[in-house]
Amino acid sequence: MSALLEAIGIGKRFGGVEALKDVSLSIAQGEIYGLIGPNGAGKTTFFNVLTGLYAADSGHFSFAGKPLDVSAPHLVAAAGIARTFQNIRLFANMSALENVMVGRHLRTRAGVIGAVLRNEATRREEAAIERRALELLHYVGIGSRGNDLARHLSYGDQRRLEIARALATEPRLLALDEPAAGMNGTETGALRQLIGGLRDDGLTVLLIEHDVKLVMGLCDRVAVLDYGEKIIEDVPARVRRDPKVIEAYLGGAIA
Amino acid sequence: MDTFVQQIINGLTLGSIYALVALGYTMVYGILGLINFAHGEVVMIGALTALAVIKPLAGAGLPWPLAVLAGVAAAIAACMALGFVIERVAYRPLRNAPRLAPLITAIGVSMVLQQLAMIIWGRNYHSFPQLLPATPRAIGGAQITDLQIMIVAVAILMMAGLALLVNRTRLGRAMRATAENPQIAGLMGVDANHIVSLTFVIGSALAAVAGVMVSANYGIAHYNMGFILGLKAFTAAVLGGIGNLTGAMLGGILLGLIEALGAGYIGDLTGGFLGSDYQDVFAFFVLIVVLIFRPSGLMGEKVSERA
Amino acid sequence: MKAKVKAWQGVALIAAVLAVLPFAVGLGMGNAWVRVLDFALLYIMLALGLNIVVGFAGLLDLGYIAFYAIGAYLYALLSSPHFGLHWPAWAVLPLGAAVAGLFGVLLGAPTLRLRGDYLAIVTLGFGEIIRIFLNNLNSPVNITNGPQGIARIDPISVFGVPLSRPLDVLGVSLPGVYLYYYLFALVALGIIFVTMRLEDSRIGRAWVAIREDEIAAKACGINTRNVKLLAFAMGASFGGVAGGLFAGFQEFVSPESFSLMESVMVLCMVVLGGMGHVPGVVLGGLLLAVLPEALRQGAGPVQLALFGRVLLDPESLRILLFGLALILVMQYRPAGLWPSATRRREFSENPPEPGR
Repeated sequence: MSALLEAIGIGKRFGGVEALKDVSLSIAQGEIYGLIGPNGAGKTTFFNVLTGLYAADSGHFSFAGKPLDVSAPHLVAAAGIARTFQNIRLFANMSALENVMVGRHLRTRAGVIGAVLRNEATRREEAAIERRALELLHYVGIGSRGNDLARHLSYGDQRRLEIARALATEPRLLALDEPAAGMNGTETGALRQLIGGLRDDGLTVLLIEHDVKLVMGLCDRVAVLDYGEKIIEDVPARVRRDPKVIEAYLGGAIA
Repeated sequence: MDTFVQQIINGLTLGSIYALVALGYTMVYGILGLINFAHGEVVMIGALTALAVIKPLAGAGLPWPLAVLAGVAAAIAACMALGFVIERVAYRPLRNAPRLAPLITAIGVSMVLQQLAMIIWGRNYHSFPQLLPATPRAIGGAQITDLQIMIVAVAILMMAGLALLVNRTRLGRAMRATAENPQIAGLMGVDANHIVSLTFVIGSALAAVAGVMVSANYGIAHYNMGFILGLKAFTAAVLGGIGNLTGAMLGGILLGLIEALGAGYIGDLTGGFLGSDYQDVFAFFVLIVVLIFRPSGLMGEKVSERA
Repeated sequence: MKAKVKAWQGVALIAAVLAVLPFAVGLGMGNAWVRVLDFALLYIMLALGLNIVVGFAGLLDLGYIAFYAIGAYLYALLSSPHFGLHWPAWAVLPLGAAVAGLFGVLLGAPTLRLRGDYLAIVTLGFGEIIRIFLNNLNSPVNITNGPQGIARIDPISVFGVPLSRPLDVLGVSLPGVYLYYYLFALVALGIIFVTMRLEDSRIGRAWVAIREDEIAAKACGINTRNVKLLAFAMGASFGGVAGGLFAGFQEFVSPESFSLMESVMVLCMVVLGGMGHVPGVVLGGLLLAVLPEALRQGAGPVQLALFGRVLLDPESLRILLFGLALILVMQYRPAGLWPSATRRREFSENPPEPGR
């Protein structure tokens, strides 16, 4: 398996706090890669650096064999990395379908002139956007909710919608920031199936998660961050028994 | 050289007025994250109220210090009441509304206050009586009037008083806590609504004093004087770092100096192409430059959309 | 197919009403009111332009009138004896749109990364700067003729026919205000068409996405800076066209017409009508353009009858009422008088804090 994403020596400070210290990791094509760690370990910071929301102080990324420009979020998305947010960020007053259609922005072209003239090419593109968006809603299992406003969806469905919107950008790597947060057991189970299905369909997934059981059950490999440092990167079975990891989690939490 | 010292003196006078008004913007912004566009109009109301009291009293033969004190007291009382009512009626119902709503409301409040003042005081310019001897004192080739000394002195006093209130009293601690995190402050037993009201009231009191100063300085008061003054004071607040009290004071003084020096030298700087008519442009220019290159101001925290 | 027929019926109906309207107004209330209609159409264009920026993209622009000023002065400078240039309107109007759009980009490029309320202040400052320059650029080189403004501007001509003079059509003599009405109505319809097409497009969705959640929009791959700039430029260009039409119609421009109050007035139209909803914005523009005229004619006599004297001149009354309207609308009907279905839901589900 070749590496799809490589992070090399990523560092980030906030004032006096070193949120990330020389973090290097490598995500292989087609795997589900888990990033775990106690609260404040730097997981979300890593995500935000990777997706261009924060500027890193040191280090660089390479994606699919090429250097990855993380200077702006839309460039990261264009390169083929899509993300979701820990505290769901949907376009609350747009319909579910429109949310996913916005995700197609990156892969479509129509500009002002096309929009005004509404010529053959624009109409075709618009129809394709809608078709694809609907497909994705069905794919994540909320095909019947297309006309509902995003804010009216249930919590679990909002998570799914966010994933559908991310998928609409045609990513090669999907980065999920605590997708199971706030979910009940049934919802988590369904989510596990969805993510597993994504991998089976050829997508690479980077998963930040608090729910250690979900990570251990789903991920091919796991890295653990503690105080901004990567303390291990290995298959779940070995991570689970690693003394450093157990210490980081104060013993108990690892299932 | 004379122009330079003279403009420094003028700039300091103007700047201490800006600083007082800027404090009102920055206090409200620090607690509510709201730009209270109507604050400049409170300054205007203060000026006109004071004038309405001073003129008849001085006319009746009351010694001028007493007349001025009475006028300032009336202005402070009127502005405090006004600030309280504005917050209560216009802003409080919008605490959780989309962000554009309070801004748009603020513009509405500003329009209403201006027109109300026009109904009460008319369209005319009101002259502010000459109270202090106009003979200037000479310093280093320039001149300073007693009034200018008075303005700077009172402004410093007011700012020192505010600093004491915010940093040394229980009330000040509650204000700082609310600005930091309203929820947590609430959990600690601070009544956020109470603090917000108080912030508006204190800011308005400062505005009242500033109103008296500005009309004494220029010798006139007018229903239309508030908006541009407010805008400049807001610029001063941004320059210093909005939400930061020391920043507002610093920004006010700095803006006063920039404006005075700019007006004094713009002709030379542009080879006579631009005249001192462009004085008002400086504030906006400073505002735009600061917001673009250092939106957090001189002393503020980061305020970009990302944070 | 049925829907299409219905849509065409609607279009035909609107066209018929628009065609007859000036006659109904002119015969019923006098030609002065047709002139008011002309201005209402100009305001509708402005309101639609500002709506793209405020309503769609959610960026508060308080200096919007500057773009109107730019369009107006460009027309004045290029078609008047001031510089002895007499360019035709068909060349100057598009140029005005382009130059205003360019200014929109120049203003937006450095400022659009600012928070919403900061943007409001910066645009306000920009509007004032433009006005101050117009006021003072008469020396040492006379470019704008200062506070006196530029007079004797060429009227707009269509196919060589100047719209300022009455035109005989089938034996009926149509005064200039009618001719301008039809031109303005056509341009306004064009702008409405463009706006509605944009709203329902990839670009329009991107604007709304930015309004709803800018960070999420970025993460979706939208280059938010460019898309916001586009909103600024589009809005500004509408303002530029309206400004050019205004200059040709008035045959006179001066800095006074482009005060901050005018920016606020256009904002009122957008806000009161219904931010982001084209029919609402059109309604807002129409109402707020016609109301001051009604006040001018009605307020004096009413006050005389009630109080025995005129307490408030119509201009102050207008500002007072609009100020009150802004406050009240934000509290009781924040989505405007005629909101879009979505916007209405959005606002109604943000109940005010209970603890008051």
